[in-house]
Amino acid sequence: MLAFDSTSGLLVRRLEIKRILNLREECRMCGIVGLFLKDKSMEPQLGALLTDMLITMTDRGPDSAGIAIYSAGKEDLAKMTIQSDTPGADFALLKDDLNKRIKGGLNLRVQSTHAVLELRGDQVVLTRSILKEIRPNVRIMSTGDSLEIYKEVGLPKNVASQFNVASMSGSHGIGHTRMATESAVTTMGAHPFNTGSDQCLVHNGSLSNHNSLRRKLRRDGVHIETENDTEVGAAYLTWKMQGGSSLGEALESSLEDLDGFFTFVVGTKDGFGVVRDPIACKPAVMAETDQYVAFGSEYRALVNLPGIEAAHVWEPEPATVYFWNH
Amino acid sequence: MQTYDLATGTLRELNSTLHAQNETTNQTAWEIANPKGAHAIACGLDAPIEVTVRGSTGYYSAGMNQQATVNIKGSAGPGVAENMMSGKVIIDGDASQYAGATGHGGLLVIKGNASSRCGISMKGIDIVVHGNIGHMSAFMAQSGNLVVCGNAGDALGDSCYEARLFVRGSVKSLGADCEEKEMRPEHIAILQDLLTQAESDVKPEEFKRFGSARNLYNFNIDNAY
Repeated sequence: MLAFDSTSGLLVRRLEIKRILNLREECRMCGIVGLFLKDKSMEPQLGALLTDMLITMTDRGPDSAGIAIYSAGKEDLAKMTIQSDTPGADFALLKDDLNKRIKGGLNLRVQSTHAVLELRGDQVVLTRSILKEIRPNVRIMSTGDSLEIYKEVGLPKNVASQFNVASMSGSHGIGHTRMATESAVTTMGAHPFNTGSDQCLVHNGSLSNHNSLRRKLRRDGVHIETENDTEVGAAYLTWKMQGGSSLGEALESSLEDLDGFFTFVVGTKDGFGVVRDPIACKPAVMAETDQYVAFGSEYRALVNLPGIEAAHVWEPEPATVYFWNH
Repeated sequence: MQTYDLATGTLRELNSTLHAQNETTNQTAWEIANPKGAHAIACGLDAPIEVTVRGSTGYYSAGMNQQATVNIKGSAGPGVAENMMSGKVIIDGDASQYAGATGHGGLLVIKGNASSRCGISMKGIDIVVHGNIGHMSAFMAQSGNLVVCGNAGDALGDSCYEARLFVRGSVKSLGADCEEKEMRPEHIAILQDLLTQAESDVKPEEFKRFGSARNLYNFNIDNAY
């Protein structure tokens, strides 16, 4: 547990309590929402429900917002979500340019600064390298069979309407509102982060050993783009899973290897998981009914969900990994 | 009975209306509808009024309370009844982290469970939790009573001074300089009184008492970093 050395003096403890009470402020930064539908008939409402939850969390994170949404793809096609700061120039001829190179079949759906490429699973690696060559300014937000990630700088309500999140349907989704503490307010510093095919991570908190961990992961050949602490957390989980860990095992070991404050919510193709650090300063509230499992940084984010009055509402325990799967 | 609906009114107006009440007010009973997890509901009250909140609240509800009785008919977010001076705050559901932190007086009753850091740095408040409490509760508690009818999490009473900690169930671990103490007749009497006030019918004899081992009272240069 929280190890206050039993031999340390009272003065040190006075400083500790001051520090812990000061965390009251920090614990109001960044918002996370998540919704996992058990009831298939609710799937068309997923985007609208998540949008409402996300906007409620605006005062926890007005800098940038993002959403990861899972919906079954077309005819077993894979999805790649890409982003450009100059979408007009980058996306206009992209479909044709790519189809010429990968020999057909690829579809492109533009959504403001983002676009979703629908392609065969075996074309993903090739497409990634061609994109780097022909559209060097295009950034890959996510890859997978079901996952799409949309994120931009700005107020959550603006980001949500920019991508028309309210019209999206899906089986589950995760959203994040960011109040930046550890790195710049940029699109790439926004959450969620893609941690592997169909996997994503959002984070509320701050990691204090992200610089040393970034150096270690980079030495091991892991690609980390930004100076953002959460990207290191995401890269850490990816690295663990590449080494053979399951997502659950990777989350368990994050409790050992990551130093700092965190509530993580991770999305997978079939479900989502939640883990809080042992100190558990960062808030988290869960609600479950026969129709859904919902996550919010605060209860406020959940109040408009159908049947919330009768839901089982609780706070996830510290240092415990929770998972819901379809 | 005065009713205020937060679905149509603003939080600021609600709190200023409640602040405008004084010791001679005739409007002694208030009901707040549609709290929907809003922050700072019924904060800073200082009049002998009764406020009922019909639902769950967000951060810092009923903070800095004096004289008033606040009853939350749902669960409460972080920092409920923080720095309470007097009066009574009753939560029908659960309370999030640092419930009753730094409280100087009054009674906080949590009918469900309380999360981590319940009663951190308490300075005279009495807290009765019908369920369990989380880790680091009563950290640096200085005075007052913390009564837990269920179980306590890790590091109970770390670095506490003179607060009395009563736990009926299990204690996952004790914090530094916290130890089990003898339960004497005066403690049974204190406990019985608090349990009665908190509408709990469990028996005071079923509790154990914990408190400071007083080894950290004086600065010991050998312990300095």
